[in-house]
Amino acid sequence: MTEVRARRTWGKGWAPAAPLLLVVAVAFGIPAVMLAVGAFTEKGAPGEPSSFGFANVTRSLREPYLGTLLSSVELSAVVAVVGALTGTFVAHAVLTSKSSALREAVLSVSGVLANFGGVPLAFIWIATLGNSGVVTTGLGLGSGLLYNFWGLALVYLYFSIPLMVLVIAPALEGLRPQWREAALNNGATTWQFWRLVGIPVLAPALLGGVVLLFGGAFAAYATAAAMVGASVPLVTLQIADALTGNVLVGFENVALALSLDMIVIALLVMAVYLPLQRRSSRWLR
Amino acid sequence: MAAVTPVATAPVAAVAGGGWGRRVVLLIAAVYFLVPMLIAATFTVYNEAQGFSLGAYGRILSAPGFVSSFLLSLALAAATIVIVLLLILPAMLAVRLGAPGLRPVLETITTLPLVVPPITYVVGISTSLREGADALAATPFWQTLISLQDENFPFVLVLAYVVLALPFAYRSLDAGLRAIDVVTLVEAARNLGASWPQVMLRVIMPNLRSALAGAAFLTLALVLGEYTIAALLGYQTFPVWIVTISGSDGQLSVALSILSLLLAWLLLLTLSRAGRKKS
Repeated sequence: MTEVRARRTWGKGWAPAAPLLLVVAVAFGIPAVMLAVGAFTEKGAPGEPSSFGFANVTRSLREPYLGTLLSSVELSAVVAVVGALTGTFVAHAVLTSKSSALREAVLSVSGVLANFGGVPLAFIWIATLGNSGVVTTGLGLGSGLLYNFWGLALVYLYFSIPLMVLVIAPALEGLRPQWREAALNNGATTWQFWRLVGIPVLAPALLGGVVLLFGGAFAAYATAAAMVGASVPLVTLQIADALTGNVLVGFENVALALSLDMIVIALLVMAVYLPLQRRSSRWLR
Repeated sequence: MAAVTPVATAPVAAVAGGGWGRRVVLLIAAVYFLVPMLIAATFTVYNEAQGFSLGAYGRILSAPGFVSSFLLSLALAAATIVIVLLLILPAMLAVRLGAPGLRPVLETITTLPLVVPPITYVVGISTSLREGADALAATPFWQTLISLQDENFPFVLVLAYVVLALPFAYRSLDAGLRAIDVVTLVEAARNLGASWPQVMLRVIMPNLRSALAGAAFLTLALVLGEYTIAALLGYQTFPVWIVTISGSDGQLSVALSILSLLLAWLLLLTLSRAGRKKS
């Protein structure tokens, strides 16, 4: 069988994939190219041709746009670090408990909540801590509790912590009890075990989780958009504003440049993740 | 997915005396995750003016726009599922049947949609539609471009969702294909005189039943929950409608949020149940 296959031409073996490649080229390739081209195109005055240039990108890296970009990065970083640490503690607490029902339940709940971004998440929190939410009115807390930086972080953690639990659980399970026994038998303290064995083995998965959580919070739009009145400037909200025509004349393509900035940041962060993943899979077989 | 391999040995035991720490962590997590859900549920059935009432749930079906937006989302999901499976299954079989060079290409195109933020994707799409309309104004393709954006069934959303669903469909089907010997099955069927459609329908697909169901469920959950692209292209899909209705009926939008969470739960539970049965 291999002989026949090996002689098959490049084209013949790839034919079944042609429709897929075509659709991806149209539905993903064209928007990507248009985005990149548009980001570097300066719209001329009406009647004049557009020209190539860096004005949009430069503009997107100045105020007021730079502020939204930095604020998004800051929020995502806080969510990523807090979410990763909390998620790890929760996963460890659950995995070391003797109840396998608890483990099953937490892992399956995490599977749902990790995908529970978007609109419903915003409304659950608005009903709880929004300006006319049950807790807000019941306890007589002031309004605007949810609509600031930390409020948004609290909401984002609702899907970030479960995601971290899912990411770190296999790594925690791969930490063999024998390693710990060996360390303790050789006179190590529990702290030494974690510092010299546990954390180094977990490090790639931990950092990988931080990256995933960062990406999720950075790209989130629906939740923030549904929480109307949030006073946190976010790059996703800014792009949506610019896209729906809520911009000054001549600034139309800034949305494209801001999108390009976002993609570059997302790619840079991902570039950290891929080698890490390879490293962690070496130990956790 | 939450496919965690059961290990015979328990993971590293809790720190001596860490029983307390563990209980505190679990308690805080339980409060953080359960309380908002319970409060939101109370919010939908109780308010000071009317007391206890299931009215918010009763209003759903008669709420203006519910039926049309929900049907639109279901139709988009159905079209996306069919198209994504029709596109990716042949490509994934090709990788195993003599085009191994295709694998890195597939891996790349099924990873990119996860890296690119949806908001930037929709910016690209709307720019393409706008520039396309200018460029194609004088050609017959203009009509195609317009029908892509038909409000009753915006096929442009299906195209976008196909791209977004590729990573999930790919991973689900990859796990399914790993479990069967594709080459032997196909060769046996072909040697016995089966045509290619017969091979697909009667040999490959029955063996991939649970992987196909998994891919379909994940795509369904994705399309039913997608807000960013639909909202910014201006279509009233189900999540977009929930936000619209929240302006006039807060209780209803929270009730729908809880229901969509339960639906997602049900889908994923069915999925993991099916996965477990297979293994």
